[in-house]
Amino acid sequence: MEKAALEQEVRQIADSWKGKDGNLIMVLHQIQNRYGYVPRNVSLVLSEILNVPLARIYEVITFYHFFRLTPPGKHTVSVCMGTACYLKGGPELLGELEHLLCVKPGESTKDGQFYLEVVRCLGCCGLAPVVKIGDKVYGGVKKKDISGIIAHYSKEAEAKAAA
Amino acid sequence: MAKTVFIKDTAITGKDRTRDFYGLFLGVLREKGLDTTIQLVRLADMGIYSAGIAVRVLPDNHLYTQVGESDIAGIVESIKTGQPYQPRLTKQASTQMRIVLRNCGVIDPEKIEDYIAHDGYHALARCLTELTPEQVIQEMKTSGLRGRGGAGFPTGMKWEFTRKSAGDQRYIICNGDEGDPGAYMDRSVLEGDPHSVIEGMAIGGYAIGASKGFFYIRAEYPLAIERIEKAIKQCHDNGLLGSNILGSQFSFDVEIRLGAGAFVCGEETALLASIEGKRGYPSPRPPFPSVKGLWGKPTCINNVETLANIPVILFKGGEWFSKIGTETSKGTKVFAVTGKVKRSGLVEVPMGTTIEDIVYGISGGAMSGKSVKAIQTGGPSGGVIPKDYFQTRVDYESLQKMGSIMGSGGMIVMDEDDCMIDIAKFYLGFCVDESCGKCAPCRIGGTQMLRLLEKISEGRGVPKDLEQLAMISRAMQKASLCGLGQTAPNPVLSTLNYYRAEYDAHVNDKKCPACKCSKLLSFLIRQDKCVKCGMCFKACPVGAISGNREKGYVIDQEKCIRCGQCFEVCKPAAVLRQ
Repeated sequence: MEKAALEQEVRQIADSWKGKDGNLIMVLHQIQNRYGYVPRNVSLVLSEILNVPLARIYEVITFYHFFRLTPPGKHTVSVCMGTACYLKGGPELLGELEHLLCVKPGESTKDGQFYLEVVRCLGCCGLAPVVKIGDKVYGGVKKKDISGIIAHYSKEAEAKAAA
Repeated sequence: MAKTVFIKDTAITGKDRTRDFYGLFLGVLREKGLDTTIQLVRLADMGIYSAGIAVRVLPDNHLYTQVGESDIAGIVESIKTGQPYQPRLTKQASTQMRIVLRNCGVIDPEKIEDYIAHDGYHALARCLTELTPEQVIQEMKTSGLRGRGGAGFPTGMKWEFTRKSAGDQRYIICNGDEGDPGAYMDRSVLEGDPHSVIEGMAIGGYAIGASKGFFYIRAEYPLAIERIEKAIKQCHDNGLLGSNILGSQFSFDVEIRLGAGAFVCGEETALLASIEGKRGYPSPRPPFPSVKGLWGKPTCINNVETLANIPVILFKGGEWFSKIGTETSKGTKVFAVTGKVKRSGLVEVPMGTTIEDIVYGISGGAMSGKSVKAIQTGGPSGGVIPKDYFQTRVDYESLQKMGSIMGSGGMIVMDEDDCMIDIAKFYLGFCVDESCGKCAPCRIGGTQMLRLLEKISEGRGVPKDLEQLAMISRAMQKASLCGLGQTAPNPVLSTLNYYRAEYDAHVNDKKCPACKCSKLLSFLIRQDKCVKCGMCFKACPVGAISGNREKGYVIDQEKCIRCGQCFEVCKPAAVLRQ
């Protein structure tokens, strides 16, 4: 994207928070919502707009687990590793997903379709063990269910649905 | 005869049948010409799980679970007469008492009218018209309410300190950064009854003299954020937030700030740093936030559950509240009972209820065929309580005496298959991940303890390691800067205290009694029990099992990766795991 266009877009996001104390984290949330991660060129523009050194922005991004510096896959697969999920088989689900997608947590698949991550408690411990894909939460998941769930989101399945 | 019927499919797996069932139910109502007098509502969450289709009839408050198609006619008939339909009637455990969760699953959280109809904002009106801020604080002190975030500091006193601190601007903050893995009561309250938290904050703001409040909510809770946003807007539209609330001199407004996935931000000084838009580093106390908090101004930080208690206390009086609970801990506490338990979910009981009543009475004990070994309260900052001590009554002091803490109310049930070293390792791993790295005792101590635990669970432990674990624990408790580091050794200390024998078995005999630590396991095929079906042979992912259907099968220990697949598939239980 052209720098001017990008600048305008980021300015739009930042403007709603301009002048408010402690706005940096909230602006970063909106940027991540928009782009899926916090690209470096956006940080650069943001630094100018908010008049905050780039180092301060990166200081915040790298401290919080929620912010990403690399683009995520099309579908984010989150495996809950809260205590309840851990006890009820979360680690096995993670193992199965690593095996199926051939990635480690924090990586995207080669085709960019899936991004695998481990999360700390999604707050639905009654449903343990839980796997979340995008916004959809799957509760009471068993190891044998995983391949079926993933197949739902594969490129082939999506192409079929589109047709 | 206007009645309301709530419907929800509470099964946690498979397709959600709520909509289908709703259609069937509506069909029956239409048939009988009752669809205009009985309102049918599909709920997103009823607070009950794994109980099939659940139906609740209000105002009769009859709850039916495992409802089938054939029951609809009977239930409709019973709605007409007001008498319960016996075959599916479910009694909710009577030991529960709902104060915090009073409206969750009862009102529509997106409608302010519903909340007001359930005595909402009456307490705020009473405070603004009848009571001075000092009287509000006095009422809170009479109630004896203590902070529900974990530490249990008396809320009335916290308010008083903040009020008495000099400053031109004061703040009140709602701590909704519920980071304890395995606890979700704050999320349920924010989602199920957002207005009660806002009302609690407004009353707090009035009492301490704050004109501004902040919600700090985890970004992982999108629905909670959405509901609070909606609720704030409704308050503005109805004159319950903004300037001159309800025509009084009091002006108050709130804003939402999001967390970004850092457990340490639940600690109050780190939370302040995060709201200020910085890294969530804690800072030494004193000065306490009540003196010098957000942007250097006096600030009061209350937990979600604490704030949800406040409207009820001011509506019914501190005197009423102080009659519930024990001598030192008043009111009720919400626990998230999860893990290896039959009915996991939120449970609200008066302080002083025994653990036994919660785990067995309300939650139904362990899942089929197993027995409960222990519970863990307080999450990564708490400790385990073995089942021999289940007569303990839950309040702040008695849990602390047991080497655990109340915490925010997570209660994880563990059964005989859970290894205590594995649990300690899990919690410590969590704290190491979440340590902010500012102070050395937490950063280095945590990592070293985790290494020792890994060593023990892999069978490389020596007796001296256990002493070393205890020593590092003491150093972390004494020298860490904030609550995270000071309490991080608790899971290790409490398991060491109650389950020393299990540690010894790992260190001395190189065995894991719960058969969980995979490096210490071995698998053998018992030839006397083997039926030579070949299932294990097919299941083994690394080809460590050799043989055929005539001779039988053996496991090559060199090749075996101890995944346990053969153990799981063997029907006659001929695979021995030890």
